[in-house]
Amino acid sequence: MNKFLFLTLLFFSTASHAALNVFACEPEWAALTRLLAGDKASLYTATSALQDPHRVEARPSLIARARRADLLICTGAGLETAWLPVIVRESGNAAIRPGSNGYFEAARYVQMLEIPTRLDRSDGDVHAAGNPHIQTDARNFLPVADALSQRLILLDPANTGYYRQQLATFNQQWRDAIAKWEKQAAPLKGISIVAQHRGFPYLNNWLGLKQVAELEARPGMEPSAAHLSRVLNELQQAKMVLRAAYQDERPSAWIAERARINVVVLPYTVGGTVQAIDLFRLFDDTIARLLAGMK
Amino acid sequence: MFKKTYLSAALTVLLSHSFAASAANDPDLQAIREQIQQLKQSYEQRITQLEQRLAQAEADSRVPVQAQPAAQAASESAFNPAILLVLGGTYGQLQQNPDVPATGFAMSAHPGHSQGFNLGESELSIAANIDPDYRGVATLALASTGGVSVENAFVQTSANGLKLKFGRYFSGLGYLNEQHAHIWDFVDQPLVYASLWNNQLGEDGVQIKWLAPTDTFIEVGAELGRGRGFPGTDRVKNGIGSGVLFAHIGDDLGVEHSWRAGVSLHQTRRVDAISTAIADLPGTLGGVSNSFSGDSRTAGMDFVWKYSPDGNSRNSYVKVQGEYFRRRESGLLTYDTAVASITDSYSVTQSGWYLQGVYQFMPHWRSGLRYDRLDPGIASVGALNAGNIISNYGFQPTRTSLMLDYSPSEFSRLRLQMARDHSRQGLPDHQFFVQYIMSLGAHGAHSY
Repeated sequence: MNKFLFLTLLFFSTASHAALNVFACEPEWAALTRLLAGDKASLYTATSALQDPHRVEARPSLIARARRADLLICTGAGLETAWLPVIVRESGNAAIRPGSNGYFEAARYVQMLEIPTRLDRSDGDVHAAGNPHIQTDARNFLPVADALSQRLILLDPANTGYYRQQLATFNQQWRDAIAKWEKQAAPLKGISIVAQHRGFPYLNNWLGLKQVAELEARPGMEPSAAHLSRVLNELQQAKMVLRAAYQDERPSAWIAERARINVVVLPYTVGGTVQAIDLFRLFDDTIARLLAGMK
Repeated sequence: MFKKTYLSAALTVLLSHSFAASAANDPDLQAIREQIQQLKQSYEQRITQLEQRLAQAEADSRVPVQAQPAAQAASESAFNPAILLVLGGTYGQLQQNPDVPATGFAMSAHPGHSQGFNLGESELSIAANIDPDYRGVATLALASTGGVSVENAFVQTSANGLKLKFGRYFSGLGYLNEQHAHIWDFVDQPLVYASLWNNQLGEDGVQIKWLAPTDTFIEVGAELGRGRGFPGTDRVKNGIGSGVLFAHIGDDLGVEHSWRAGVSLHQTRRVDAISTAIADLPGTLGGVSNSFSGDSRTAGMDFVWKYSPDGNSRNSYVKVQGEYFRRRESGLLTYDTAVASITDSYSVTQSGWYLQGVYQFMPHWRSGLRYDRLDPGIASVGALNAGNIISNYGFQPTRTSLMLDYSPSEFSRLRLQMARDHSRQGLPDHQFFVQYIMSLGAHGAHSY
């Protein structure tokens, strides 16, 4: 009995002192966790900005890292369907099972766009819950930060005060930054753009960019030459073609050369470009690149 | 004058009255003013509050969290099980009879290829969480000849890195054994899998795996089974028919490389394992039927290494894998069960390996090369059968396969494969296959 009590105490005392093990599926959520949890969390990022988050191998290293995770933070909305279920299952870690407190999906806290009205694979790799690329609208980070902070408090109540303070600081700084970005991005309003992948609806919605064409005939399927020629014919006043850092450069380069428009490579997430080293610089750089693309 | 005085007096009274009146009403006015002021302030405050809330709402510009149903994100597919149907088929062009086994492996299982058009690996898979602790998976294989067989039907649960699986499953030994046919990189399994495991070892039993709490992937596992799959001989009695032990280790090297390596051990007791049409030393026409009873022990090693530029496997990647298995069987062999029926001791050590590479050279397109080799070993045959059983074939079966596949989407794949098959002495074969694999339904997650 005493031994049991001692072990329980030991468990709780270590639990309260040890940093939370956080497994972030994408770099943007790792960056947000860094801002909200500081050194209270030990972070592991499963993917880099140069990897397509739809297609990640369920590598042994990811399974090993998920084994000890206290909190899994991912986009959700079907973005990680091809690999995350295997990781969670093979990790044998009950704390991060879907539905448990250790399983956090950011997409559940924002207003989803492009929720399909019909689900049919003939439309390509559609996501039933809506477009999962929510991280391109800076405003989406506010409700996610709020929910994530609550989750951190739930898992690590000993540091409640710290998390609350970090959230307040983040909210203040982020609101100021949004105001700054929106002011900087004012000239982008109404500008026509072409997107390589259906990955920018949130960015378009936020900054008022007008998407006139997509290079992928169907989401997730590499553009064919025939489709590219069709897009080229339809292009009228598009100013630039947008591509995420991880995507194949050829389709957008092809269009840009023939339509005489600029290719704008967006970091898409933290680490996508040399400049985008944290969440704030991610949007600084995104807007700077968009503005440069107008010239 | 009087009039003037009267007037001024009246004026004075009036004035004084009005003064008195104003003096008398002053506190009320003040109160009203204050009230208005308060009202104004309060409204201003409330307006600013509303403005602030509006600004915040605009900044968030998002509907509250509760708007989305909780079940959507939390379960595999809101109470309905995930259903995956794989449709597959091949066309095979072979120069030799596919029923002839690899030389020296006539007593092994030898799943041959099919000639012409045939429905290949079509299967229906259903999976769902059963409750917070258990998950169930069933995979029914649709045989090309008609009929349905249960390929997998298991329940799994896990906690603290311990993973328990029970029911019917593919054994966790080696690397390829657990993979279903629709994710194979070639039309067929390597020769060593075909000869030593009848393509894949399926078991009815219990599997337990433990994942070490380390940053490097280290996993150990054990299985106790019925001994259903080859080389086991299905049994109808109490106890355990087969046992498997395996360990895997894996990690990343930077962001571009990842690997996994493993070792496996398998053991079973074979009872009255009948094999037919076995060539013998006297040269009986059509061969004879033999029966073997004894122990079968197999050890294996496997590794896989994957590389993709920037770790982005969508555009291009390279995957290299190899496996080696060595099996020792020893016991009693009955020669020609139908006529002579002579029983004596028999033991042999056989082995085989393959090495293959798959290269996705651009999105959607992959090519692959595989080399197979088997060693039938030299059997030691008891004196009574020394003149009957062929103990040394002096031939090592080999095969080289080349494949090219195209995947228009994540859910479809079309494949061409050519092979130079020298697995049967004196019967070189040039094989050609066309294959399609289509999956519809749930988006299955793939293991490494």
